[in-house]
Formats: sequence, C-alpha cells, structure tokens
Amino acid sequence: MSETMTITIDGREIQARPGQTILEAAEAAGVYIPRLCYMKGLTPHGSCRVCTVLVNGRPQSACTQPATPGAVIENDTERLLALRRNIIEMLFVEGNHFCMFCEKSGNCELQALAYRFGIPAPMYPYLWPKREVDASHPDVMVDHNRCILCARCVRASRDLDGKNVFQFVNRNGHKRVAVNAEARLGDTDLKVTDKAVAACPVGALLKKRVGYAVPVGKRLYDHEPIGSDIAAAHKK
Amino acid sequence: MVATNGYKRIVIEPVTRVEGHGKVTILLDEAGKVHQTRLHIVEFRGFERFILGRPFWEVPVLVQRLCGICPVSHHLAAAKAMDWIVGGEKLTPTAEKMRRLMHYGQTLQSHALHFFHLCSPDLLFGFDADPAIRNVIGVAGKYPDLAVQGVMLRKYGQEIIKATAGKKIHGTGAIPGGINKNLSIQERDFFLKDLEQMMSWARSALKIAKDYTLEHVDELKGFGSFLSNHLSLVRKDGAMDLYHGNLRAITADGRKIFDQVDYQSYLDYIREEVRSWSYMKFPFIKSIGPESGWYRVGPLARVNTCDFIDSPEAEAARKEFMAVTNGKPNNISMAYHWARMIELLHSMEMIAGLLHDRDLQGKDLVVKGKRRGEGVGLVEAPRGTLFHHYKVDENDQVTMANLIVSTTNNNEPMNRAVRGVADEFISGRQIREGLLNRVEVVIRAYDPCLSCATHAMGRMPLVVELYDHAGQLVDRRSRE
Repeated sequence: MSETMTITIDGREIQARPGQTILEAAEAAGVYIPRLCYMKGLTPHGSCRVCTVLVNGRPQSACTQPATPGAVIENDTERLLALRRNIIEMLFVEGNHFCMFCEKSGNCELQALAYRFGIPAPMYPYLWPKREVDASHPDVMVDHNRCILCARCVRASRDLDGKNVFQFVNRNGHKRVAVNAEARLGDTDLKVTDKAVAACPVGALLKKRVGYAVPVGKRLYDHEPIGSDIAAAHKK
Repeated sequence: MVATNGYKRIVIEPVTRVEGHGKVTILLDEAGKVHQTRLHIVEFRGFERFILGRPFWEVPVLVQRLCGICPVSHHLAAAKAMDWIVGGEKLTPTAEKMRRLMHYGQTLQSHALHFFHLCSPDLLFGFDADPAIRNVIGVAGKYPDLAVQGVMLRKYGQEIIKATAGKKIHGTGAIPGGINKNLSIQERDFFLKDLEQMMSWARSALKIAKDYTLEHVDELKGFGSFLSNHLSLVRKDGAMDLYHGNLRAITADGRKIFDQVDYQSYLDYIREEVRSWSYMKFPFIKSIGPESGWYRVGPLARVNTCDFIDSPEAEAARKEFMAVTNGKPNNISMAYHWARMIELLHSMEMIAGLLHDRDLQGKDLVVKGKRRGEGVGLVEAPRGTLFHHYKVDENDQVTMANLIVSTTNNNEPMNRAVRGVADEFISGRQIREGLLNRVEVVIRAYDPCLSCATHAMGRMPLVVELYDHAGQLVDRRSRE
C-alpha cells in the first residue's frame, strides 16, 4: 500500500489513501458527507450533486473527486447545507412523493435527507408530473412517480447483476428509467433477488407484497438521522 | 340561496361541532310551515377514484387518510378486505387481538371526543344556552374535571392506537393477512397502570348520558325522533361486536329483515341511491327499496340490533337502556348519546380483557392463503357500519373501490331528524337561535363525520340566511 496523504475537512486533518475519493476518505475517518446517488459497491455517478463539497474553494461532487494531498475541503457549512437542501426540495417537487402513505417511508433516503436537513415542506411549486406504475412483473413493481433518476438500479443491474435491465431514455424533464429493450418490467429477466431491486433509495423500485411489514419504530431512520451510522462506526 | 315558487328558504351553514362541513337548508311555504329540509354535503374528494392503480397492500395505509378522527376504522376495514385478497382472513390470535385492541382504542378515543367535547355542551348547558358558553371552552370553565377526563380518556385511546398501529394517527399496523407488531410487556404495563382510572371515568360518562336521557325522556321522544330500520354487524351468537361479525338488519319494532349475512355478499342486500343535491349517497336495504329501506347505523343501531353485549358492565347498561322502550328498539335520536357511552364502557372492558391476554405477546403475526381478486371488509366504526370493497387485478393493482361510510348510512336518518325538529320548532319568518341550535343538536347526536362521508374536510363559521318567497333576504345571522 502506498503512502497516505493528509487532507483537511472542515478544519480537521484526516488521512486519505491514493485512489480514494473524498467521500470514501471522509467516511473512513467518520465524517459523513450527505449523498444520494452514491452507493457503496457501484461506480460513482456524480449526478445528484447532494455530496457537493468545496475543494480548495471549488464545488465538486465528493463521490467522484479523488483526494489530493493537502486538499482543503468544506463539507458541513451553512452554504453547502443550503445548496443540498435546495437539491432535495427540487427532487421532491419534480416527482410525486407522498411520504404519508409510501411504504418506503422511514427507510427512504430521500425522506431521511429531508428530515436531516430540516425541510418541513418544499418551497418550490409542485410540478405534479403524470407518471406511470409498471406492476407487470410478478414480484417487483416500478412506481415512476417516485423515481429520482439516481441510476442506482441502472448501475446495479449492469455492474452487479450483469443484466442491463434498466437504463435512461429521453432528456430533461422527460428523462425516465426504462426497461431494457422491453416495454414492461414483466418481460425482462429481472429477479426479485437482483441487487438492482435493493439498490433503489426511494420507493420507486419495490419488492411486491412487502408493504409495511416493518412497524413504525423499527425502520431504518426512525430514531437516528441518516448518516449517523458513519460517525458511530468510527467511534467504536 | 334564493327562494322560489313562493317558498322561503333557511340555510344553516356550516353545521358546527361535527366532523367536516355540512349545510342545512329549510324551505318554508308562504304560511311559514316547513316544506322541505335537506342536509347538504357539499364537498367532494374522490378517494374511490384515485386509489385505482395503486398496489393493494398500500390501500389500508392510503385510504385511512380520508379522516383524522377515526382513521383506524378505514385502516382496519381496508385491511380486512385485503385479508380476503391474500387469503389470510383467518388471522392468527395475536393479529386479531392486536387489531381488536387498536379498534377498541379508537372507539374509546372517538366516543370520548364526541361526548366530552362536541356534544356535552348541549347536554350540560341546554339547547338554548348562549353559544358563547355552549362549547368546549365553556365546559372546561364550568366543569373542569369533566373536560380533563375527556382529554385523558381520548389520550389513553390514542396511546393504544400508537402501540398497535405505530402512530397515533395514520399508522401502519394492520397489513394484509395480519399485523406488523405485537404488544410488548412494557407497552402492556403502561396501559395497565391507568386502567382502573379510565374504567371509572368511562362509568361516570355513561351515568351522565343515562341520567340526562332519563330525565328528559319525554321531551327527547319527540325531538327529531322517528321510526327506522337499524343495521349493524353482530357476532354469530348475536352479541355486539365492533370489529367483526355478520350483518343484521331489523325493523323499527325489532323484526329481523335479514340476519347473519356474510358481508362478502353485501351487494345482494344493500344498494345506494344518488341524489342531485348532495355528494353523499343514500344507501338502502335492497329488498325494501329506496323509499323506506333506509336504516340507521352507529351506537343506537348497534345496541338495538344485538341480543346482548359480551362484557358485564356494558350488558347491564344495555338492559337499562332497553327497558326504556320495553325491550323494543329505541328510536329516539338523542338516545345515541347514551348508547355511545355504553359502547365507551364496553370498549374499556374489552381493552381490560385484552391487556391481560398473553396472545398479544405472540410472535405469529401474518397468514396468507389462496389469492383472490375481490374482497370486502367491514367494521363497526365509532359512527356505524363501514364498508370497504375492492377488486384487484393479477398485477396486484386495485381496479375498483367502493366505500360506504358510516355517516353515509345515516344520511336519510339525519335528514329525517332535521325535518322532525324543523316541523316542531319553525313557524314564522324570523330565525330564532333556538331553532338553529336544535337542528345542530339533533345532527350532532348522530356524530356525523362529513369528511368521511364525502371523503371531505373543512370548517367554517356558521351563517344562516332567510329569504322570503320573493327571493329577498329578510334575516341574516352569523357567528364565528
């Protein structure tokens, strides 16, 4: 293993290994950088921009930016919190996110980030897009109303499942996740056990008939804000 | 609102101290006699439409958002329909008892809210008392103990809902084929601690309602009362059962119209009529027809239809209640309050029994069986029989939903009650406070949830306008 380097996050010096991204180095040192499209084990995508940090004064996505010796990084600042909050709010108004009856509630990373950032309601107007539900697969359903285009299912299917079930079609506001070469999810070779299904951070890609099996109080983010596990793991 | 055809119209809008938003119009003829009364339900939400296409397991959590007062009723009725869809209608003992506990908890909180905070001002201060004191603040000022008891009973019920559904409002406990949690020993002990206190407050609430009714029984017999059919679920042995049973309908003098009907076939027995002036439908018993097939539901109907109540104190109270009408069904609108408090005590007795039942700590929570495409779920909600009916396609998406809500069942009865009061108290051109109060008092006896009934919600100050037969405004009253 090569030498480590020193970087500074919010005034605190931490060690990073060559090849590590800023997000990975920070996490190893117990510093949480909020993220959404990033998922351990998948190629970083850098698309949601929630992990934006200032590297020597310039905005960069921490999940794609490699650590460089002596880098001075701002993460937990008012300015960046405001930026991240705006991104989350825009994601909420772009889709149709009804947390109050969504079965992902309490386990949803988008909702958990909104709680962590203290967003009571988005300040932008809702766009109320008309989107579809594809329930044609016997064990999995896609609710496009809740898709945030993070590409985790796209990457997981391609890189981990070796299947390419999902990809994006169209551009801008019309962009959506599509099922590879087929019109319906039911026509693909997707299995309920595929890593792509579990990769969804929101309630867009769901195992059928699971619903609300986990009671309120036992869900992932019922007691601690998202990201609390990173600092906690470092203390042990 | 204009007067037409030589009639004079009185509008009461909104009706206060009920859940939701309603409006009453009273049309007078030239002689000042009541020509027609209508309780209009003027809001619309359309839950039956927008749950189409949603996955069936989402429905019990989604559809309960109809209401913030007794959402548990919708949660459970939908879950029972979905039990049928997943072939899990024979619940494990833990699942059924957890759901029952949830349901008794909500009946307790809903009945307590209605009695202590919505209707007690009418009973304690009299119908003609100044509206400025005839409200919950007035009760808190003059009868502080009572106001506190109402709050605490409601809180106890809400805590039970939280322990069984996960949240006090709009929880997730009941899932198709079962429940998602049991009751921990800590949770159980938390409730056992205050059990005796709650029982004693429930007893005293029952006594207030009973004493009031007996003291005023001659007056109340003529107050918005009328003969009607009654409908509810009853247990196989004829006992009152708020959570589960078969349908029974009886006539005003107690003759059975049908009995022990499996509610999966409710459409063979109940139909709904639409009238142009209200968003609330008018259900009726099919074999009798829309003209006289309407019926009452809720506490009064349940006490009338059941053969007995399977908890000792409530059963003793039921016997006293039935003695007033010599064992025949009681058709007095204002007797709803007494019947409601019998159920409040019954709910407390059932809660006490369940808390001592070790099945609640069981771990066997969900069952599944043969998948079906259609399911009906009924519960006796605090306000009466609640019907949920769904069809689900092979992709698990809902393709049809029909809800008959408690208050909808009581639509025609409430209209009749208003008519009865109007006939008795209106003559002349002027709006008297006493009239408006009485119309509201009798509607309130039914504890209508207008938000549920049209799937609507709202609250506004009371405005009444009186027009003469030429369409001229002759009198106007309003209060905040």
